[in-house]
Amino acid sequence: MTSLPQSTDRKLGLVIDLDICVGCHACVVACKEWNTGGYGAPLSDQDAYGDEPVGSWLNRVHTFEVTPRAEPGAKAVAPARVVHFPKSCLHCEDAPCVTVCPTGASFKRSDDGIVLVNEDWCIGCGLCAWACPYGAREMDGAEKVMKKCTLCVDRIYNENIPEEDRVPSCVRTCPAKARHFGDLADPDSDVSQMVAERGGYDLMPEQGTKPVNKYLPPRPKQDDLAEPINLAALAEPKATGFLGWLDDALTRIG
Amino acid sequence: MHPANSVIFFTVFSGAGFGLLFLLGFATMADENASFLFLFVHFGIAFAMAVAGLISSTFHLGHPERAWRALTQWRSSWLSREGVLAILTLLCGGAYALLWMFFFNPIAPLGWLTAVLALLTVWATGMIYAQIKAVRLWYRLLTPVCYLLFSLAGGMLLFLMLHAAFFGEAGPFLSSVAMVMLLIAWAAKWWWWRTRGDAPLSTPGTATGLGAIGKTRLLEAPHTSDNYLMKEMGFQIGRKHADKLRLLAIGLGGVAPVVLILMARAFGGDVVWLLLAVIVHLLGMLAERWLFFAEAKHAVMAFYR
Ligand code: SF4
Ligand code: SF4
Repeated sequence: MTSLPQSTDRKLGLVIDLDICVGCHACVVACKEWNTGGYGAPLSDQDAYGDEPVGSWLNRVHTFEVTPRAEPGAKAVAPARVVHFPKSCLHCEDAPCVTVCPTGASFKRSDDGIVLVNEDWCIGCGLCAWACPYGAREMDGAEKVMKKCTLCVDRIYNENIPEEDRVPSCVRTCPAKARHFGDLADPDSDVSQMVAERGGYDLMPEQGTKPVNKYLPPRPKQDDLAEPINLAALAEPKATGFLGWLDDALTRIG
Repeated sequence: MHPANSVIFFTVFSGAGFGLLFLLGFATMADENASFLFLFVHFGIAFAMAVAGLISSTFHLGHPERAWRALTQWRSSWLSREGVLAILTLLCGGAYALLWMFFFNPIAPLGWLTAVLALLTVWATGMIYAQIKAVRLWYRLLTPVCYLLFSLAGGMLLFLMLHAAFFGEAGPFLSSVAMVMLLIAWAAKWWWWRTRGDAPLSTPGTATGLGAIGKTRLLEAPHTSDNYLMKEMGFQIGRKHADKLRLLAIGLGGVAPVVLILMARAFGGDVVWLLLAVIVHLLGMLAERWLFFAEAKHAVMAFYR
């Protein structure tokens, strides 16, 4: 049924901390690895070792440069900074990808809010990928069905794996702990707390999709320094003890 | 957006076919005693164009063998509605045509129903695109209005040509109607082009939320070669080419058919001129439809700027 549920009991999703992400792409690879053997058809690659490799991936990391706006009255303009930006399906509450689907293959679960594709029903028309403003859906080049993040539905409820592994593969893998998984409908959950504390926000709010996943903004840098820090000076250690005495003596002679 | 040939062919040919079927829905009022040949040719062409387009539309599917599933979600999906409506139109129109042709029993209300269903089908085609907020150029009520007007104009042009084929000349009344319909359709399309919002709804700043800090631009793409998103959503054509194609579309799809109708009025030998008018009109429409996709920009590209 490609009508959306009125509301969902839980809103399982991710919170991604842009302050922490180091852009290592480990989550990208872990996602591909798990999902190529998990739910649905494998994530194929075409021309993998050729000149124009393409393949389906459910999570990708973009890297942006942000040039802070000059604050009125600030002594200096903060330098531009690099922000690594992982992106996967946001499991939107008002998911346009679901309602456009003609076959009922795309659906949003009313118990946990996960947006999934039933690959046996999908005709590969691609309309859902057009409807998603975030580019979170990719047609598989081999199976010709639509692939998207499943929030590792085959891990999070999987009682055959150790409990600490019952989170999405990307979250489990992230070496920096920039990714968090939980129920965003529960105000007391860790993820909801994090969002409240850090001012977690929606991507493209203007598209009206009401994403469940939230992003935590990079923390402000100490960007009110009057002069750039002299890094070379920091590298010269202050000598102490015998070496300190020698340094002083030589300086005095010289 | 990627202009898929099968979808371009589908929207143009099915559009004209359903436009003709709409007009034939009222044919009982003009002549209840139309000959078998007249009906056979008219309905035959309308059905052939509509069906050829629908079949072509399944060519771009990953799994055409499951296409029937697309008829199930008419409550929520415009694509599904379009499929259901197309089949209802063909069934209703088929019954109407067969009863008339073989049992000399033209049932006027069945014709009217066919006409309404044909219009709704074309409307649903337009809504498939107009519902996509991520493509700002399409996300307007004017989009299905244009689809509808082009379908009617194309159907009328076909009707005019067939009329000339059967009766030797197209007649001043029908000729004028066809010209006015072409004019209205292209005026709407011109308005559609004029009122396009060039500023994208989503920017790198809103897409990443980093706009709150400052100016955001892509430093490194997540992949080194094209992927599905770039191929489907990243297709773009230069403004210069778009301008040229727009002129070509208007010239072939609108101006040339009007000139040819006038030639037919001036010099006689109507059917030859009008056959030519139909052909150039369809070519112009193919250009218009190609541009409809190629010009449209998708919100996801904000993550790539
Ligand atoms: S991010 Fe895209 S694919 Fe995921 S639910 Fe939202 S609209 Fe659908
Ligand atoms: S590609 Fe599959 S899941 Fe997407 S809209 Fe078409 S049938 Fe539905």
